[in-house]
Amino acid sequence: MILHELISFEYLRLIWWLLLGVLLIGFALTDGFDMGVGILLPFVAKTDVERRVVINTVGPVWEGNQVWFILGGGAIFAAFPPLYAVSFSGFYLAMFAILSALIIRPVAFKFRSKREDATWRSRWDKALFYSGFVPALIFGVAVGNVLLGVPFHLTPDLHAIYEGGAFGKLFGLLRPFALLCGIVSVAMLVMHGAGWLVLKTDGGIAQRARKLGSRAALVVMAGYALAGMWLAVGIDGYSLVGQVPHDGPSNPLASQVLREGSWLLAYLERPWIAIAPAMGFVGSFMAWRALQGEGQFSPLGWSKMALFGLISSVGLTIFPFLLPSKSQPDSSLTIWDASSSHLTLFVMLGATVIFLPLILLYTAWVYRVLWGKVTQKDVSDPDHHAY
Amino acid sequence: MDIGVVELSRLQFAMTALYHFLFVPLTLGLSILVAIMETVYVMTNRPIWRQMTKFWGLLFGINFAMGVATGVVMEFQFGMNWSYYSHYVGDIFGAPLAIEGLMAFFLEATFVGLWFFGWDRLSKPAHLLVAWLVALGSNFSALWILIANAWMQNPVGAEFNPLTMRMEMTSFFDVMFNTVAQAKFVHTVSAGYVTAAIFVLGVSSWYILNGRHIALARRSIAVASSFGLAAALSVVVLGDESGYDAGLNQKMKLAAIEAMWETEPAPASFTLFGLPDQEARETKWAVHVPYVMGLIGTRSLTEEIPGINQLEQQAERRVRSGLVAYDALMTIREDREATDPEIRQTFEKHSDDLGYAMLLRRYLDDPRQATDEQIAQAAEDTIPHVWPIFWAFRIMVGLGFMFIALTAYFFYRSSFRGGVFPRWALGAAVLMIPAPWIAVEMGWIVAEYGRQPWTVDGILPTALSVSALSVTELLLTIAGFAAFYTTLFLIEIRLLLKYIRKGPHEDVQLTDDWQARHRARLTPAE
Ligand code: HDD
Ligand code: HEM
Ligand code: HEM
Repeated sequence: MILHELISFEYLRLIWWLLLGVLLIGFALTDGFDMGVGILLPFVAKTDVERRVVINTVGPVWEGNQVWFILGGGAIFAAFPPLYAVSFSGFYLAMFAILSALIIRPVAFKFRSKREDATWRSRWDKALFYSGFVPALIFGVAVGNVLLGVPFHLTPDLHAIYEGGAFGKLFGLLRPFALLCGIVSVAMLVMHGAGWLVLKTDGGIAQRARKLGSRAALVVMAGYALAGMWLAVGIDGYSLVGQVPHDGPSNPLASQVLREGSWLLAYLERPWIAIAPAMGFVGSFMAWRALQGEGQFSPLGWSKMALFGLISSVGLTIFPFLLPSKSQPDSSLTIWDASSSHLTLFVMLGATVIFLPLILLYTAWVYRVLWGKVTQKDVSDPDHHAY
Repeated sequence: MDIGVVELSRLQFAMTALYHFLFVPLTLGLSILVAIMETVYVMTNRPIWRQMTKFWGLLFGINFAMGVATGVVMEFQFGMNWSYYSHYVGDIFGAPLAIEGLMAFFLEATFVGLWFFGWDRLSKPAHLLVAWLVALGSNFSALWILIANAWMQNPVGAEFNPLTMRMEMTSFFDVMFNTVAQAKFVHTVSAGYVTAAIFVLGVSSWYILNGRHIALARRSIAVASSFGLAAALSVVVLGDESGYDAGLNQKMKLAAIEAMWETEPAPASFTLFGLPDQEARETKWAVHVPYVMGLIGTRSLTEEIPGINQLEQQAERRVRSGLVAYDALMTIREDREATDPEIRQTFEKHSDDLGYAMLLRRYLDDPRQATDEQIAQAAEDTIPHVWPIFWAFRIMVGLGFMFIALTAYFFYRSSFRGGVFPRWALGAAVLMIPAPWIAVEMGWIVAEYGRQPWTVDGILPTALSVSALSVTELLLTIAGFAAFYTTLFLIEIRLLLKYIRKGPHEDVQLTDDWQARHRARLTPAE
């Protein structure tokens, strides 16, 4: 079949890099507020009825939202298999921690209100907190580690080998810069979750969400600025040596990589990417104001803008790298040498072009049907099927 | 290569996959049964059908949550524990997995929330549509994951690329329309329908035995027994189709299912019972039924089905041919583009057997140094463990015929005997509740354990597919999964029992009230 030659290999790789960004941002924008709401749950809701109100604001939608994450995993597998192979086995125990959170999350939602018992319910509330906090933290720490470079190398057969034993690998992730990224990530989702609660609830819950959310917005701005300065002065960037063919075979060992200079050099080469951090700052700032009740737009809109800017800034800064290797820079994965084949990328693009618009359409319809605030009356109606 | 890591990774995959598949079949079948009940409700407007929909829907929801929780783990298992596998075949295997997310998971997960929360917000036809979309989503998800799994059994539409050191897709069409995938899809999905039908049948029988919710239970039996009978017939007829496909492309698996050590003259007989002895390579106490196996395996009376010993000899020849390919590949890897065309030709000629040479990697790093004994050992490794496969298959098939008998009997009584059932039959239906789960798990053991030593049949050995992990990491995660899964299993079973014991909410007044409220709410206020 030569149909796939219609779009060059180089463009397909670029498109898939963009689509990966779209999926990760889609995940943060949707499931992000569910996780933020989970983290806020013990702090914004005091009584059992209040807790049920908070849980029911995300009750009907978290399941669909979580698919953005699942699809993110699937798309990495299909479009950049080496990235899927190296990253998830490299971050092994950290991944297990994320999975443990995602195992108890669906059950916590479903089972919590199925019994009256107060201890039973407060245990599941803790589970909901855990299942929002742990993934938020680990995603941030993982991004920090990508910026720092990950200790792996590839053998000539392309087996991935890591430095350090089980615990060396796990605790090696907890470098100070990576922890800072983790904090920014948690704060970001708390800000976003607070924006959602302001939209969907009234009274005491909304008030407390405003207070905590605006504090989180401050942490986001300060932490992000600090991380930027750290990148400028204390962390080496990576760069490709010479001209790497953009349509060559996907063999990460074929290119040469240097670890020197700074990631921020990207902003000199492609000044337009400064839009991303700018959106991050402006969005967080406006979300902070809106959460305090100023301005006429909802905080959720601004925090969406912030998340969009913050997340895309990472991808744009390290482009074309996907996963730089600290132990042996030549093993680093870039979009030019760690993708699927031309045909697979094309077929997957076809599937995405058909299904992604459909998904967006019906998701929008579902949100419209569910529009409106959740109240105490809703959760006490026995026929309402509330969680 | 650390064999401990290989064994533990297999254990972890088997554990998490078998566990995920405790919830999958009920979701597949119950989503459809619930949608059927809701359809009857919307068409007849009779309150009892709404109560049935809501009751079985509630049980569906509890099960669905566990299906999602355990499915997410599966999605990341490949990257975490099977890193080399993910690199080696990700170009082909990743695509159906991602399409499953796009086409199926979004559909089911987005609408399942609306189904539970939308009773008051949607018109009745719209709510019914949502129910069918959830069922459709679940069934699409089975389609795509089984296309992925079928490719591991019968790897079509792909070839090895020496420049990237991995398999690459040559035809998406071939991958999608893999004959094994079609047989597998129908067989597995029907197995899910049987599971849900027997579940509904058993629980309803329990109500009748206890003199509760008779009207609701009778109607549920009417739906479940007809649906279950059709599904059970389909499982058995299409199980036969799976056997045929295994005969075409996984001859070793077929021989293991049959514990057939030597090639028999056609048409082969079916061993009803026996005790396979791997050491002695014979099956003791075997009871044969003439002709049947030849028919299942080849659809003819004249074609031979090769025995295990003959297939082992064939494997040894393929290991030797694979070594030629491996040698050429090493030269190509060094020189990349600059390779002598003759060496390339040699590689292409033998590349189909490359996987067989890789079986030797279990014993030494460079297969080219292998001794004759090691080559013979590699060939012997292509024989899976016979007795578990032999017995798992017989348990599955035996239960299959019992399901047909059970559903047929209930179908007959509820259609032609006015829905009156003798107590012994009701008791039997309650006892049969766990049986479909045993059958489906046995089915997967035949399919997956029977594929050993390959992850991808003839292409990539299991021992080579793993990640570079330590035994500590694997033990920690296995213990972790076991702890989480056991706890959740106990909670889930207790909740299900609680709601089954509590029974449906049979309040006619409530439904009438709801209908009035619902009408008022959805007619725009002038
Ligand atoms: C024949 C059917 C079948 C098979 C073989 C598998 N699954 Fe599954 N899976 C389903 C049928 C299904 C389902 C019916 O669609 C589920 C089960 C219950 C549910 O809630 O959806 C599901 C849920 C489910 C989810 C959560 C989806 C959501 O959020 O809605 C994921 C990520 C996976 N599965 C992934 C996998 C992987 C990676 C498998 C391969 C090892 C696998 N499943 C085997
Ligand atoms: C959900 C139902 C499934 C069950 C119950 C199941 C069962 C099993 C079992 C028992 C094993 C262990 C075999 C061994 O001893 O090595 C296994 C291995 C494996 N299965 Fe499945 N399987 C399921 C679905 C799938 C699907 C859909 C895929 C692929 C999409 C798959 C891919 C694998 C892989 C990669 C391994 C590990 C390598 C190996 O040991 O061969 N399985 N599975
Ligand atoms: C006469 C009856 C049956 C026959 C001849 C039969 C045949 C088979 C065969 C040959 C396989 C292995 C396919 C492979 O290796 O890829 C298989 C797998 C399987 N069977 Fe059956 N089967 C029967 C009944 C059942 C029943 C009653 C159930 C459950 C209700 C069931 C559930 C499964 C499942 C879930 C699998 C694994 C998925 C697959 O490979 O399709 N089977 N069956």
